[in-house]
Amino acid sequence: MAGTRARVRIGGDLGFRLLTGGFAVLVIVIVIGIGFELWRQSQLSIQKFGFGFWATKTWDPVSGDFGALPFIWGTLYSSILALLISTPVALGIAIFLSELAPNWLKQPLGFLTELLAAIPSIVYGLWGIFVLVPWVRTLQLHMPALLKATPFFSGPPLGVGMLSAALILAVMVIPFSSSVAREVLKAVPVAQREAAYALGATQWEAIRAALFYARTGIIGAVMLGFGRALGETMAVTMLIGNNPQISWSLNAPQYTMAAVLANEFTEASDELYLHALIEIGLVLFIITLFVNVLSRLLIWSMARSMSPKARRVVAAPASEAA
Amino acid sequence: MSRKSFAVLATAVAMATSVVAQQNVHINGAGATFPYPIYSKWFAEYAKLHENAQINYQSIGSGGGIRQVTAQTVFFGATDGPMTPEQLLAAPGKILHFPTVLGAVVPVYNVEGVSELKFTGPVLADIFLGKITKWNDPAIAKLNPGVNLPVADITVAHRSDGSGTTYIFVDYLAKLSSEWKEKVGIATSVNWPVGVGGKGNEGVAGLVKQTPGAIGYVELIYALQNKISYGTVQNSAGEFVRASVESVTACAAAAVKSMPKDFRVSITNAPGTGVYPISSFTWLLVYENPKDKVQAKVFVDFMKWALTDGQKFAPELGYAPLPAEIVKLEMAAISQIKL
Repeated sequence: MAGTRARVRIGGDLGFRLLTGGFAVLVIVIVIGIGFELWRQSQLSIQKFGFGFWATKTWDPVSGDFGALPFIWGTLYSSILALLISTPVALGIAIFLSELAPNWLKQPLGFLTELLAAIPSIVYGLWGIFVLVPWVRTLQLHMPALLKATPFFSGPPLGVGMLSAALILAVMVIPFSSSVAREVLKAVPVAQREAAYALGATQWEAIRAALFYARTGIIGAVMLGFGRALGETMAVTMLIGNNPQISWSLNAPQYTMAAVLANEFTEASDELYLHALIEIGLVLFIITLFVNVLSRLLIWSMARSMSPKARRVVAAPASEAA
Repeated sequence: MSRKSFAVLATAVAMATSVVAQQNVHINGAGATFPYPIYSKWFAEYAKLHENAQINYQSIGSGGGIRQVTAQTVFFGATDGPMTPEQLLAAPGKILHFPTVLGAVVPVYNVEGVSELKFTGPVLADIFLGKITKWNDPAIAKLNPGVNLPVADITVAHRSDGSGTTYIFVDYLAKLSSEWKEKVGIATSVNWPVGVGGKGNEGVAGLVKQTPGAIGYVELIYALQNKISYGTVQNSAGEFVRASVESVTACAAAAVKSMPKDFRVSITNAPGTGVYPISSFTWLLVYENPKDKVQAKVFVDFMKWALTDGQKFAPELGYAPLPAEIVKLEMAAISQIKL
């Protein structure tokens, strides 16, 4: 009787382990499957253009001449700009919510920032067209000549273009990075802050210590936002101007990989064109993977470079639980 | 609620028993987005007349429609640009083209203080090639004497998504500008030499409305519904014609004489007077020898209805109905379908 019960428990444990393990493996299988399918269905384009696809500036569906460079540029440029704008804001929100805000404000404010993430991207796009773009155009019109002379603000004031796209991306990314950063800051042990105060630190210094303590997690939060910005499609295509050109100018209309896929996939009737578009998807897949791996490595190397003592502190909650 | 639904059910049963001899037929189709409003109207109206016929249409784009019909995953396809000879060869059987209605593309603009502008094909081509960059360019001024054209930069707005609208517009430009034909060519999406891309008609219209000095192109129905000012375009007879349901139908009527048997024809810049030159058919794609004969019978009946009685729904949705001569030719062609 007792033996049977034990065996059932072991059987249940094993079954549960297999089930959950199966789900975990499934994710890996799906990722590999997506990569393989993208590769398989872009064969025509891969064979015709080879690695030149990554470095070619032309995108001409009529003559069947395809290159991904302007789209790679547009994707990375817009995402990096979005990060530059969003990171300080997101960090500020996270610090305020976790360290400074009075208790009655924490909940509603946190809820509101997360609400930003729930807005569909087409709504951001429409808001961008009708509100943000006219603002940006006014800004571009009244820009001092000194700034206009720089390569970053050259070109006519169209409103749509890199600046509008980067701004909307920043707004869309903020809730993601700020909520993760807030959780990370919350996870900093109270002892850390108390120790700082005990040593006579001001509030600013204590927060700085907490930020330093949580820096790997914060970088993780920023990278999460970066991943989101890379793949954002609808709002970006509505604002970026959809012109495959490589330019430093924030005024210039440019293009991203996700946007060209959304725009041209439905009407791509000939095989090579379709394969070239799928290869764009493959390039986006590889770049996203690369960015994620890079951020993992960064976090890992930072954790390693911590002093042994600090590492022990980081590991402490886990060993306590054990 | 339950009583109501019971009543509905009872009627449905009564209807079903009255047509018990005929079995329900479900037909799937996919393709162009441009004719979607009229097609969904037609399928709904046709279903009212024939309870047993359910036609389902997915507007996934012309390219998608051609792919699906070639793969035989749908019974019929729909496209805004005729299939190329290579695409026809790739299909497992002979595919027939049937024009259903006509659409037109109009040049829309946002020039301060200017309401009425005249364009010619070569001038439009030069604007979209980026060769004419100012509104007061002599080429535009010559066409519009007495209009006070500002010294403003032209911002070109075009579709960023692949579209039948683009196909019609660039097809027209290519006919009137050899430079356009060589440098850019004709397709549902092209490598635009200049400009900003907007997604959909609404995207282009939004760009034009908001950007001073912008010029773009949208479907006629879109310009009419949203009251955007659009220019007249010179036809091959030298007249400057404003796009309207009548002038678009006139374009098709003018093309009857040169109509090939398979209807795969571009009618942009058709000869004749009163013709609006940036007009085009939109086509249904059906196999000459369809696999499913039950579906084929119903669909042929539907097409006959759409080309005759169904045409009256076109103007209210902004499409131009087919001229009678074309309908006659098509009726003859429909009899080729092997039932």
